Amino acid sequence: MNLNLDFAAILERWPAFLEGALLTFQLAFIATVLGTIIGVLGAIGRRSSYPVVARICGIYVEAIRNTPLLVQIFLVYFGLASLGLKFSAFTVAAAALTINVGAYTTEIIRAGFDAIPRGQIEAAEGLALSRAQIYWHVVMMPAIEKVYPALTSQFVLLMLASSVTSQISAEELTAVANYIQSDTYRAFETYILVALAYIVLSLIMRAVFWLLGLVIFPRRRRLGTPL
Amino acid sequence: MHKITRTDTASPVVGVSNVHKSFGALKVLDGVSFDVNRGEVLVLIGRSGSGKSTALRCIDRFETIDSGEIVVCGHRVSGPKLDLRALRQDVGIVFQSYNLFPHLTIEENITLAPCSVKGISKVQAKEQARRVLAQVGLEDKLHQYPEQLSGGQQQRAAIARSLAMQPKVMLFDEVTSALDPELTGEVLKVIEALAADGMTMVMVTHEMGFARGIANRVVFMHRGKIHETGPAAILTSPATPELAQFVGTGL
Repeated sequence: MNLNLDFAAILERWPAFLEGALLTFQLAFIATVLGTIIGVLGAIGRRSSYPVVARICGIYVEAIRNTPLLVQIFLVYFGLASLGLKFSAFTVAAAALTINVGAYTTEIIRAGFDAIPRGQIEAAEGLALSRAQIYWHVVMMPAIEKVYPALTSQFVLLMLASSVTSQISAEELTAVANYIQSDTYRAFETYILVALAYIVLSLIMRAVFWLLGLVIFPRRRRLGTPL
Repeated sequence: MHKITRTDTASPVVGVSNVHKSFGALKVLDGVSFDVNRGEVLVLIGRSGSGKSTALRCIDRFETIDSGEIVVCGHRVSGPKLDLRALRQDVGIVFQSYNLFPHLTIEENITLAPCSVKGISKVQAKEQARRVLAQVGLEDKLHQYPEQLSGGQQQRAAIARSLAMQPKVMLFDEVTSALDPELTGEVLKVIEALAADGMTMVMVTHEMGFARGIANRVVFMHRGKIHETGPAAILTSPATPELAQFVGTGL
């Protein structure tokens, strides 16, 4: 075994790595924020008393969960192109990732909604709260608190999966790595660095979610007990 | 359709007449009628499955009825044009399982509905929360979370939460059934104080001693029908063998 690693040529390119990492982070951020909104709306939709709405949300979730992310990205990419719409690779990547994570988030938040005991909703109805007020004050926050670990894991997974968008030349971390390794012929070293960069990004995301959890779940912060 | 106006003060707060209801083939309410006047305490008793909880829940429209009429504080509960939220502003309901919102402090539990339904200010709502909590003897629990309270305290907080909406009638659905005798006692004391204040109440309970002390009227339900009704004295000298057997085993 003769391992000969040389990082010098790659480390020189650190600004490109940093830019790629930043873009990956941006993709993850956009998809997380929009995906959460879609997830909440989708979960409400799946429980809608209008069968059509519930059905459409169900089809969306199943369509996304049963197709590969790369194929979804191509569908958005070529779909928009064939409609004559021109968007940057970044926009397409962000849109595809949002659509993808929105489906998973819908399913996770729906599970959280279903975990709210019927009695909670009855108590809220008994207090004359409206349907929207019940969703907002009584269902949403405890539901999200219950599924928060699953939700945040999904968003970290999404950040890692965003590497696939290098296939449509979104200039994120993996795309930068592909470019650098073909330039320097130091493929192994390049991907070691990229792997480390992804680990750092994951840890940052987990830390941010942990802090966010402390802010939005004051009961959890004070008592430390699961809901 | 002619309009039914019930403005005169003598009309009952809760009027239930000839109500029928089935769950599938099972007849749970079979021609049930009773009135509750202002300031009156009506106690519904009976075996499990006799229909007493269903009758109570129909008053707040947590169950719909098949036929008959229910009028509560002027709202035609059984009618098609019922303003459900208006009804529920006038009716407070407390459940066996407390159902406090676990992610909110006791204060937030109490201020939520007054702020979002009645639109009163946060300051006013907090002031009122303090007042209703004092009423149930929990003024020191304002900033605690439900899980930090005992079952009896949680149930009293749930009563306070209902009171903050200033209901015209309170419904209690077996509110002490999940509590041990000591905690039951502290909850019943709160309810007694409410009755003494003149609150109109309908309650389902298995606490016969308590019912005897507090009820203006007792309704004994048996197989979906009102089997015997009268003042609290019927609990000590029942007219029907079924009630005699029920209180005999219940005491």
